[in-house]
Amino acid sequence: MSMRKLLVLLLFVGGPVLYLSRRRDERRERVHLYYDDGSMVTLEDGAPEAERLLAVARSAL
Amino acid sequence: MDAASALADLTEISSQVEAAVVLDDAGAVVASTIDDAERSARLARAALDLLDAAGKRLEQGGRSLTQLEAALREGSVFVAREEGRSIVATTSAEPTSGLVFYDLKTCLRSLAQPEQSEPARPKRRTAKTKVSEIGDVDA
Repeated sequence: MSMRKLLVLLLFVGGPVLYLSRRRDERRERVHLYYDDGSMVTLEDGAPEAERLLAVARSAL
Repeated sequence: MDAASALADLTEISSQVEAAVVLDDAGAVVASTIDDAERSARLARAALDLLDAAGKRLEQGGRSLTQLEAALREGSVFVAREEGRSIVATTSAEPTSGLVFYDLKTCLRSLAQPEQSEPARPKRRTAKTKVSEIGDVDA
């Protein structure tokens, strides 16, 4: 297989995989905390602090 | 601006906000876009719980929490606070967080501004002048 065909194959397979992976990351549950000093902390789903906060948020929706 | 008008402006400006509640510094509901008082109170309670839980665990080194977003698959909950007042809002899934926070902060700041509906009162000096004029007439 020529190098060109390999690159085309990578583009057609890797592109959608990368896109779907990013979409999945975007849809993950998380909490963003913003502080007065301009800093921000993100708590990903699965972190102990996030679980509690997400449960409270879920009750509000 | 009063809280109800500020919330009306918010929902008009931000199509992403589904419901919003303004709380005072004691955590009491000041105004809400939700007609159901029980649901408003539940959203307010959730906001206070979120601020409390996030603050207790994560406020360190003198910094304090000003706003938070809890992003769930079914929607997001935003809380912002400024000068004692807080606002909590719910949105649909995957909102534009920056815009929602901007709109919430704008709403809070509009509450902090003094009412401008009343016409400006005349200065005290003018009133005194009138009184003295009347006095002159009587004399």
